Amino acid sequence: MTAYLGDVAALARKDLRLELRARDTLPAMALFVVATLVVFHFALPAGASEDAAYGLLWVALVFTALLGLGRAWTPESEAGALDGLVLATSDRSAIWLGKALATLAFLLAAEVVALPAFALFFAPLDGPALLGVLLASVGICAVGSLVSAMAAAARGREVLLPLLFLPLAIPLVVGGVGSSISPEPGAYLAFLGLYDAVFAILSWAAFEYVVTE
Amino acid sequence: MAEPIVRAAGLEKRYGLRPVLRDVSFELEPGGALVVTGPNGAGKSTLLRLIGGLAAPSRGSLEIRTERRKVGFLGHEPLVYRELTALENLDLYGRLYRVPERRERIGMLLERFGLWEARHQRISSYSRGMTQRLALCRALLHEPDLVVLDEPHSSLDDEGLTLLDAELGTLAAAGKTLVVATHDPGRVASLATAHIDLERA
Repeated sequence: MTAYLGDVAALARKDLRLELRARDTLPAMALFVVATLVVFHFALPAGASEDAAYGLLWVALVFTALLGLGRAWTPESEAGALDGLVLATSDRSAIWLGKALATLAFLLAAEVVALPAFALFFAPLDGPALLGVLLASVGICAVGSLVSAMAAAARGREVLLPLLFLPLAIPLVVGGVGSSISPEPGAYLAFLGLYDAVFAILSWAAFEYVVTE
Repeated sequence: MAEPIVRAAGLEKRYGLRPVLRDVSFELEPGGALVVTGPNGAGKSTLLRLIGGLAAPSRGSLEIRTERRKVGFLGHEPLVYRELTALENLDLYGRLYRVPERRERIGMLLERFGLWEARHQRISSYSRGMTQRLALCRALLHEPDLVVLDEPHSSLDDEGLTLLDAELGTLAAAGKTLVVATHDPGRVASLATAHIDLERA
C-alpha cells in the first residue's frame, strides 16, 4: 500500500511540476472561469433570483473542469509517455489516481479564484455550498480523469470528452446546486459523497481496461 | 532445455476489421535473441507491443514467462515527458520500477550513453539522437530480463550506434533475452538465435 501511494505521489508531483513549468492549464482555467462569471453577471437580468446565479456558478465550474480535463493527458500523449507508465507501474490504477489528484489540485486552485469572483458579482457561498463545491470537485476529477483518458486515446477527443463527461456530471450539478440553495443541504451533500465513492471505485477498477489496447 | 520465455502460437492482431498481424508463431528461449524483420506495415511494431504487454492479441496465444515489469521496452516514441529533464524522467521511472540505488544507476546509464552533461536539459531541447539514447536509458533502467527494442538503431549517430552495439553485446552476455525489430539485421546478426521475417497481413 505504501509503495502504491508512493507511485501515486510521484505521478501527481510530476503533473504539478509540468504545470509549474509550462503553465498550460491553470491560467487558462482561472481566466475562463472569471470571464464566464463576468459574462453571466451581465447576462443575468436585474432582479433575477440568487438561485439562478448559483445555477450559473455550477455551469461555470463544470465547463472550467472540462477545460482542465481536456488538457489533462496531453503530456502523456506527446511522446508516448502513457505507454511508459503502463509498463512501469505495478498497479495501473495509480496512473489514474495520480492524474485525478493533480487535476483536483488545478480545479481547486481555479475555484480559489472563482468563488471570490462569484461573491463579488453575485452572492457569497455559505459553508454547505463550499462543502458541496469540494465534494463535487472530487467527483468531477475522479470520473473526469477516467473519461478524459478514454477520449485522449480516440481521434475526435475534443468532441468525445464532453459527450462522455457532461452526462456523468449532471448528478454533480444537481447535488452542487442543491447544496447551494436548499435550506436542508445535508441530503445533497450525502448524495455528492455517495457519488464520489461509487465513481471513484468504478474509475479505479476500470482504468486498467482503458489503457490496454 | 529451458522453458521458452516467450511462446506465441497463431498470433493475430486486428485494429477494427484491419488485420496487422496474422498467424505468427515462435518460441524464444531465455537468453536468446529474436530478430524481427519485414517491410513497413508488416506488423513488427505491433508484434513488439504485444510482447511488451502494451496490447492484447485479437486471436492466438502469447505466453510471456517473466513479470510484466521485468520487460524493458523501446518503441517508436521515447515514452518520456518532453518538458522534464533527462534526470527527472529517469528519476520518475526509477521510482515507479523501484530501482534499488536509483541515483547511482541513473548516473551510470547517463554516463554510458553520453548524456550526463545534458542531464538537466529538458527533452524538448534534445536532438532526435539524444532522445533515442535517453529512451534506451529508460528501457534498461530497471535491468529487465526481457529487452524489447523497436528499431533501436534509428536516429543514432556513429558514436551512438557503437554504444548501442556494445550495450546489446553486454546484455546478451549477461543472459538477457532480446527481441529486436530492425531494417538492418546485419547489425544484430552476431547476437541472433532466432529470426522472423514478417509479411504484410
